[in-house]
Amino acid sequence: MSDLLRVEGLAVHIGGLVAIADASFVVPAGQVVSLIGPNGAGKTTAFNVITGYMRPTKGRILFDGADITGLAPDRIAERGIVRSFQRTSVFTGCTVLENALMALHRRGGAGLLGALFRLPSARREEARLRAEAWAMLEFTGLAERADTLAEVLAYGEQRRLGIALAAIASPRLLLLDEPAAGLNPSETAACMALIRQLRDRGATILLVEHDMPMVMQMSDTIVVLNQGRIIAAGAPAEIRANPEVIRAYLGSGDWQEAAHAAA
Amino acid sequence: MTAPDGRSAEGRGELNRSRLHHYAPWVFVLVLALLPLAFPDPYMLAVLTSAGIFIIGAISLNLLLGYTGQLSLGHVAFFGLGAYTSALASLGFDIGIGFGLRITLQPQPVWLGFIAAIIVAGGFGWLLGRLAFRVRGAYFVIITICFAQVLRMVALNWIELTQGPMALISIPPFSMWLPGQGVVPLYSKAQNYWLVLAVAVLAFIVVRQLVESRIGRALVALRANESLARSVGIRVTHYLVIAAVISAGIAGAAGSLFAHYIRIIDPDVFLFIYTVTMVIMVITGGKGTLWGPVVGGLIFGLVPDLLRGHARPEAQWVLYGVAMILFVMFLPRGIVPALASLRRRA
Ligand SMILES: Nc1ncnc2c1ncn2[C@@H]1O[C@H](COP(=O)(O)OP(=O)(O)OP(=O)(O)O)[C@@H](O)[C@H]1O
Ligand SMILES: [Mg+2]
Repeated sequence: MSDLLRVEGLAVHIGGLVAIADASFVVPAGQVVSLIGPNGAGKTTAFNVITGYMRPTKGRILFDGADITGLAPDRIAERGIVRSFQRTSVFTGCTVLENALMALHRRGGAGLLGALFRLPSARREEARLRAEAWAMLEFTGLAERADTLAEVLAYGEQRRLGIALAAIASPRLLLLDEPAAGLNPSETAACMALIRQLRDRGATILLVEHDMPMVMQMSDTIVVLNQGRIIAAGAPAEIRANPEVIRAYLGSGDWQEAAHAAA
Repeated sequence: MTAPDGRSAEGRGELNRSRLHHYAPWVFVLVLALLPLAFPDPYMLAVLTSAGIFIIGAISLNLLLGYTGQLSLGHVAFFGLGAYTSALASLGFDIGIGFGLRITLQPQPVWLGFIAAIIVAGGFGWLLGRLAFRVRGAYFVIITICFAQVLRMVALNWIELTQGPMALISIPPFSMWLPGQGVVPLYSKAQNYWLVLAVAVLAFIVVRQLVESRIGRALVALRANESLARSVGIRVTHYLVIAAVISAGIAGAAGSLFAHYIRIIDPDVFLFIYTVTMVIMVITGGKGTLWGPVVGGLIFGLVPDLLRGHARPEAQWVLYGVAMILFVMFLPRGIVPALASLRRRA
């Protein structure tokens, strides 16, 4: 199987702090790979580097064989990596439908002339984008909220919109940073269903999540990061039994919960 | 925000209202167009014409300030560039550029000057966009202020080209083909009024087409949440530069209209107070709305002249300051959004 994403010898130093010491992992095409680890392990930092928001101190990021290290976030998105944010992030002051249309940016190509003269091609494209936006809102269960301002949505809906926005951009690789954070059990279930559907549509997914039952159920592969280093990588069953992982998580409620769920 | 205009016009089945939305602007333009025939008062037309020129400037500023959220406090630079470019093109010039070389330009038709004004201002918009959008926020504001100041210094000191403080005089007026008269210079107040009205409508339409398109959405997305916008592949520099070029080009057109209407320009066209006037027009009217600069522009373009007989000119600046404070306190989003939300509640 081909690796869609390769992270090679990544190191990120922020000031004097070593956020990531040395990390290498791969995300095979078509899989759901979870990146887990205790708070402050460096997961979000890894996302920031992969998507171009931070420059690594060392190491390379290869996407589909091409070196994308240090490219600007918009360029990386153009190549097909789109992320969601750990802290809820939506286009404020805009309706849910407008949010969706904004996230569909890459699916259109109308330029200045098309806009100024309302060329037929631009009109057709606009109609197509609107249809796609509606379809995606139906798909993510946000269609009834289409006319609502994004910041007015309930917390759970906002998080769903955040994932939807990343998914709408139809990335080849979707990075989700704690999509289930702060969701109640039924919302979490809905969130998992959504992620599964996205995978079934052909997206490769790299997931950061603290909800261990969710991680265990969703992942093809789990990569464990601790204090900026990868301490384990493998199938959920291997990870669950890995003594070093257990030690890293010792005393963490997450892990007991996970063991519970697995039992 | 596209919302106040766009949202109520679609969906919801409010057919009558959206019809009204569709025709009201054209009725407004028609009324303005018929005004000189109904009230051929030259003083009123003169006031409306200069207000109109500033409204075009405000419309252009709104594209940057309202839709991209970038505060350009040197916006008058593009206005002044347009004015000087157009004036110089129509007057012609003959200057030395060192090494015994000279550049000579024979006087050109005014409409060529108008186009040159748009291109030169737009070009500088591009340059400033490339340069300044690397440094956002306060630095951008400072760079734009400096830009206008530098141009003012150039206009003051490059006397061979600009006549410096002696001003460029005898600038020819626009000329136009009129039915039954052939190509004639536009000397009358009404003719200039119509010309400015036509350019203002055109500028409004250009901005509307732009902001109600995929490009406009990208601009609003960048303003609303830049890192999210970039994460879905919206290129910051690309779109901000498009906005800067178009904004500067329209400001240049306004400058050209100004030069051929007033027919004398001096380095004071670069004065900071003109930028401030445009900023106030946009903010009081409602930044990021299509009608904001028109409404704000009508108020702040007309009120000072209405007060002229009754108060000293300094009072105008004081009035600006007070109005600004009142607006920031009571109507922070401006008149148009406030009216829109009133109507939605009704
Ligand atoms: N911009 C920053 N400035 C300073 N320190 C930072 C910055 N970003 C991350 N760090 C530090 O780097 C380390 C890794 O942080 P990171 O956010 O990647 O952790 P995480 O694994 O995502 O944690 P969490 O599960 O809490 O989200 C932490 O010690 C954090 O304090
Ligand atoms: Mg994190």
